[in-house]
Amino acid sequence: MYRIVAQENLVPNIYILKIEAPEVVRKVQPGQFAIVRIDERGERIPLTIADWDREEGIVTIIFLEVGATTHKLAQLKAGDSVVNFVGPLGLPAEIEKFGRVVCAGGCYGIGAILPEIRALKEKGNEVISIIEARHKSILYWQDRLGQFSDQVIATTGDGSSGYKGLAPDQLKEMLEGGKKIDRVFAHGCTFMMMLCSEVTKPFGVKTMVSLNPIMVDGTGMCGCCRVSVGGKTKLACVDGPEFDGHEVDWDLLVNRQRAYLDEEQESSRLSEERT
Amino acid sequence: MTEKKKINLNRVPIPKQKPLIRRGNFNEVALGYAEEQAIEEANRCIQCKKAGCKEGCPVNVDIPEFIKAIGEGDMPEAVRILKSKNSLAGICGRVCPQEIQCEMTCNLAKKGAPIAIGRLERYVADWERAHPLVSENQKGNCISKDKKVAVVGSGPGGLTCAADLAKLGYQVTILEALHVAGGVLMYGIPEFRLPKDIVQGEIDYVKSLGVEIKLDHVIGKIATVDEILEDGYNAVFLAPGAGAPMFLNIPGENLSNIYSANEFLTRTNLMKAYLFPEYDTPIKVGRKVAVFGGGNVAMDSSRCALRLGAEEVYIIYRRSRVEMPARREESENAEEEGIIFQLLTNPKRFIGDEQGRVKAVECYEMELGEPDESGRRRPIPKPGTEFIIEIDTAIVALGTRPNPIIPSTTKGLELTRWGTIKTDEATGRTSKEKVWCGGDMATGAATVISAMGAGKRAAADIDAYLQGKS
Repeated sequence: MYRIVAQENLVPNIYILKIEAPEVVRKVQPGQFAIVRIDERGERIPLTIADWDREEGIVTIIFLEVGATTHKLAQLKAGDSVVNFVGPLGLPAEIEKFGRVVCAGGCYGIGAILPEIRALKEKGNEVISIIEARHKSILYWQDRLGQFSDQVIATTGDGSSGYKGLAPDQLKEMLEGGKKIDRVFAHGCTFMMMLCSEVTKPFGVKTMVSLNPIMVDGTGMCGCCRVSVGGKTKLACVDGPEFDGHEVDWDLLVNRQRAYLDEEQESSRLSEERT
Repeated sequence: MTEKKKINLNRVPIPKQKPLIRRGNFNEVALGYAEEQAIEEANRCIQCKKAGCKEGCPVNVDIPEFIKAIGEGDMPEAVRILKSKNSLAGICGRVCPQEIQCEMTCNLAKKGAPIAIGRLERYVADWERAHPLVSENQKGNCISKDKKVAVVGSGPGGLTCAADLAKLGYQVTILEALHVAGGVLMYGIPEFRLPKDIVQGEIDYVKSLGVEIKLDHVIGKIATVDEILEDGYNAVFLAPGAGAPMFLNIPGENLSNIYSANEFLTRTNLMKAYLFPEYDTPIKVGRKVAVFGGGNVAMDSSRCALRLGAEEVYIIYRRSRVEMPARREESENAEEEGIIFQLLTNPKRFIGDEQGRVKAVECYEMELGEPDESGRRRPIPKPGTEFIIEIDTAIVALGTRPNPIIPSTTKGLELTRWGTIKTDEATGRTSKEKVWCGGDMATGAATVISAMGAGKRAAADIDAYLQGKS
């Protein structure tokens, strides 16, 4: 059992849980994730590690409440436990001194990209962070990301934050304006990461994305999380989750993510009936 | 003068659930012997002086001895003899391919009626479960040794090695990646071939010897092998098993509803997807399922698919029945249950619908040529024989290749050209000091009993090494 020491509802539907996992936290690196299982009948789901405290032995995971399991997870409070917490999984993000990097986060990706922003800054990069949301009320951690960024652009679909547009729009503006960017990192929903990649491709700016396919074991033995990158099949859990966004077959990823839509709807419906 | 024992060639058959009934449930197919049947079969054994059966056993069970005890009705003695060599007898009795091991080398095999050693082993193991022996203190024979060993993986290889080392007095910790111990015994082999409560019983037995099992530990991630050694372990036995699934590498293979057998079986057996939504993990089994492969895993997958509601299940295999590596008993069981064997057939590509889900597979016919490196006749495509099979689910059961996590994070571990860990077959030693390896990670996909044999040999060698004898 892994004890939850804190829970926070950051903005509607986005939560963090701080979990006591001293063995996991010893080795965790930016870009890695954990597999969580709430109880004995629960499914195994991958969630990005957004932060950690090696001294306290605490790992912070971030998630979007989107179905039955994340709904259950969102009800957990400090003092509750989850029955399984496996990590740190996946390969760490490639962090080097690239020069000027842009880190774009949307949805749970704003939190998920924090470890990479921090590590990139520590490596001596100039870091521009872009966080996106539909409206400014659902932005979060702007100051936190700001601590490790040379600039934070909070951009909203409705312009309520001062910048109008989403992350791909901001990236496009920068690149069309002649700004030299050495690498882009994008974390968020599939659509957001795909659009960021499409925007940077004509400019030849390498864009690393963190893919989020369905997973079961998370250790490379089942093949559920297979994605197509550069025409080759890769497993997001052991070859990723970070991949070159220009090489990803996005249509395939979206297709495979929809494999259990019927079951997800059924679970959600039952979960709502129970609460 | 002792009477020469009369040879009785009437093998006692084992009762089985009827096919039409059993294809609708996950209960065990083979029902065990009753006591009279076991004693009758045991008394067929002619107690050869030169026991061929023992030579055929990868873990050297004292076969004629435990069979003699059954024949005399002395079940506790049979248990004691059996368990002195085999810690996982309830499992072996069910899943070992005895027909190519002990029962093949049985001296009565030449006469077509080898002793049903597997069924007798199962009988003894099941008897013990029903009559737990009070003074089960096998560990107490040994003085506690002040050395600790880490075992990576709680599958058959890891459990066996751990049990043997614990009996020798070592402190053993098993590090298991999944949330349940047992490895392929739990997630791979279905309930109807190997009930999970039997597996749990064997795991509990290993724990009763003092072995600690830590779940959720993916070695190479939460800790590397070097870190385990730095942490104070005197030796490490690597038995992480199954590895990464092999795919067909044909167009359309990433369409939805195409599973690797590992994923299909893990969802079904480990995550109990057949009880969705009571259990949260789903699985999709449509009306027409095609399983690609000819081994035990292909048989298991196809029979699970049937039980999960498929109307038509095909085994698509590129060679003929003779070359199929599956246990004959299991392929016969599959056939009895109504699984369609589409042999001498190879898939060319999968065809999807507008939603990216598989809706058909295009195949072509094969014929057999000269034997290849495996000794089996090589399958050769017959051009122009393409045909379509409509399916809505596919399971790829071609085997596994080594998982890269441990090799890529362990310094000094030499690999073979197939990516498995280079291991001395007799001792389990790797190129890295204090590190042994056995099971699928050393040999490529093989059997439960083969992993157990490797676990035993490694335990013996680790003991010799730690006692300074080698």
